[in-house]
Amino acid sequence: MEFLSYLISGISLGSVYAIIALGYTMVYGIAKMLNFAHGDVIMVGGYISLLSMTALGLPWPVAVLLAMLVCTVLGVIIEGLAYRPLRSAPSLAVLITAIGVSYFLQNSAQLLWGASPMSYTPIVSGSVQMFGGRLSISYVSLLTIAMCIVIMAGLTLFTGKSKLGKAMRACSEDKGAAQLMGINVNLTISLTFAIGSALAAIAGVLLCSFNTSLMPTTGSMPGIKAFTAAVFGGIGSIPGAFLGGILLGIIESLAKAYISTQLANSIVFAVLIITLLVRPAGLLGKYVPEKV
Amino acid sequence: MSKIIRLGKNRSIALTKTRVMDFATYLGVIIAFAVVTAMGSAGMLTRSFSGQLVPICCYIVMAISLNLTVGILGELSLGHAGFMSVGAFSGVIAAMSLQGAIPSDPLRLGIAMAVGAAFAALAGLIVGVPVLRLRGDYLAIVTLAFGEIIKELINCLIVGYDENGLHIVFNATGTKSVADLGLTESGIAIIKGAQGATGTDMIASFTGGFVLIMISLIIVLNLVRSRSGRAIMALRDNRIAAESVGINVTKYKLMAFVTSAALAGAAGALYGLNFSNLAASKFNFNTSILILVFVVLGGLGNIWGSIIAATVLTILPEALRGFEDYRMLAYAIVLILVMLATNNPQLKELFSKPVRSLKSQLSGGAKKGGAAGGQN
Repeated sequence: MEFLSYLISGISLGSVYAIIALGYTMVYGIAKMLNFAHGDVIMVGGYISLLSMTALGLPWPVAVLLAMLVCTVLGVIIEGLAYRPLRSAPSLAVLITAIGVSYFLQNSAQLLWGASPMSYTPIVSGSVQMFGGRLSISYVSLLTIAMCIVIMAGLTLFTGKSKLGKAMRACSEDKGAAQLMGINVNLTISLTFAIGSALAAIAGVLLCSFNTSLMPTTGSMPGIKAFTAAVFGGIGSIPGAFLGGILLGIIESLAKAYISTQLANSIVFAVLIITLLVRPAGLLGKYVPEKV
Repeated sequence: MSKIIRLGKNRSIALTKTRVMDFATYLGVIIAFAVVTAMGSAGMLTRSFSGQLVPICCYIVMAISLNLTVGILGELSLGHAGFMSVGAFSGVIAAMSLQGAIPSDPLRLGIAMAVGAAFAALAGLIVGVPVLRLRGDYLAIVTLAFGEIIKELINCLIVGYDENGLHIVFNATGTKSVADLGLTESGIAIIKGAQGATGTDMIASFTGGFVLIMISLIIVLNLVRSRSGRAIMALRDNRIAAESVGINVTKYKLMAFVTSAALAGAAGALYGLNFSNLAASKFNFNTSILILVFVVLGGLGNIWGSIIAATVLTILPEALRGFEDYRMLAYAIVLILVMLATNNPQLKELFSKPVRSLKSQLSGGAKKGGAAGGQN
C-alpha cells in the first residue's frame, strides 16, 4: 500500500514534468534550441495565478486562464525580441541568449515580488480515500494526471490532424522546404512558443500546488528535470516527452522513498545516463545515422 | 584555422603569426599581473576588488579550460563546475591534511592544486569515456547530469583528518554526522556534508592564481598548436572526414576533455582555498552556465577572449553595485544585448555602418553585398 502511494505521487509529479517537457520538446523540435527560459515561464505562471487568486480574488479556473494568457503573451514576446533575431546565428549564441532571458525573468520576478518564498494555496484541496483510508490520493494529484493525459492527447491530435499542427511538423523537418510550400515559418514558430508557454503556465500552477510555495527560482530545477525528461524520452518527440516525464517522476519518487532522499536527483540522472548509453537518441527518439 | 590554410604558401609566416598571438597573450597576462600587483602595493585597489582577484584568476582558468572543450573540441559541456567542485574539495582535503607536514603555504597551495587537478582528471576520465560517445545536445544533458551527480555526492561526504590519517564517511541516508568519523582529539573535520568545507585555512594567493593562469595558457596553447591539437580541431570541424584519415576519435576527444577537467580541478582547488567556508552547492548548474557565458562571449576557440570575458564579467556585477537590486537585471540585459549585437546580421550591419560609410563614399549605395558579409 505504501508502495502504491509512492507510485501515485511519482506519477503525478511525473505528470508535471511531462507537461513542462512537452513545451520543451515542441520548442526544441521546431526551433532546434534549448529554451532555458522555459522553467522561468513556469515561475511567472505560478506568480500570476497566485496573485490573481489572492490579490484579485478570482476563482481558480479564471486565475489559471489568466496565467496561461500572460505566459502565452510573454512567450511570444520573448521569442520575437530575443530569439527571432538570432534565427541564423550559431546555436550556442541562442543558448546564451536563452540563459540571459532566464536571468532576466528571475531577477524581474525578484524585484516585483521579492526573493522570499510565498505560500501557495493548492487550487483544489482534499483527497480521496481508498482501501478503507489506507491509501489517500490528493485531488491535486488526480487533477494533474488527468490534465497531463488531456494535454498529451490534445497535442497529439493537434500536431497530427490540424493544418497548423502539420505546418509545425513540416517546419521542424525542414524550414526552407516548408517556406517554399507557403508555410509562414515565423508565425508557426511563434505559435509553438505560445503553446509551450501556455503549457508552462498550467505546469506552474500544478507545481506550486504540489510544493505549496513559490519563489523566483522555483522554475529552474523542474525546468532542468523536464529537459532531462524530454531527452530521456527522445527530444522532439511528443509521446517521448510524456513517457520520459512520467518515468522520471516515478524514479524520483521511489528513489526518495526507498534509497536516499539526498541522492534522489543523482539516481534520476544516473538512470538517464545509462539509458542514453544504451539508446543514444532517448527512449522513443529516432536515431538518425550520419551520412557521408 | 582558415588563416593558416589561406596563407598555405607562406606557411612559416602564418605560424609566426599564431606564435606572435600566443606570446602577446602571455605578455598581456604578465603585464596585467604586474600592473595589478603594483597598484595593490601602492594601495590603489579597493577592498572589494582585491578580494576578487583570486576568484577572477579561478574563473579565467575555468574559462580557458572550458574553451578547450567547447571551442576547440566543439562539444557543449554543461557540467564544468562539477570538475571544479571535485578539484576544490580534494584540494582542500590535501591542503588541510598536509598542514603539519608542509608548513610552507605556497608549496601546500601548489600541492593542493596538483591533487585537485589529478582527482578532477580522474573524474573527467570516468565521465568522458561513456559521455563522449554521445553527440550534440545529448552530450550536453549528460554533462549536466554528471555535474549534478558530483554535487550531490560531495554533499554526502564527511571527511576528517587526525594523526591516524584520513577518515571518510559517506552520508547517503542523511543520519550520519562528524561524530561518526571517530576522530581523535587532535583531529579536524574538513568537510561536513551539506555544510561543505568549513574552517579552511585560506592559503590561496593572487600570485598562485597568476602562476596557474600561466601554466594553463602554456598547456592549452601548446596543445592547440600541436599535432594533437590539429587532430582535435579536425574532429570538431568534420568528424567523419577526420576519422577517415585515421584520427582516433576517442583518444583525442578524451585528451581534450581530461585536460580540460584537470585544469578546472586546479582552478577549483585555488577557489576552495580562498574561502574559509565552501559548500558543494556553490558549484551548481548556474556556475557551469556562468563559465559557459564567459567562453561564448569571449569567442569560441579564442583563448584571449575567454580571459577578457571572464575578467570583465566577474568585475561587472560588482561594478554595477551602484544599481543595487537592479544589477543582476542589468547583467541579464547586457548579456542579451551583447548576444544580439554580435550575432544578428541586421544589428551587425548597424554597428559597422559608420565604418563602412567612410570606406564606401566613392562606391555609393552597395547595399546587398554588405548584408551577406555580415554572417559568420
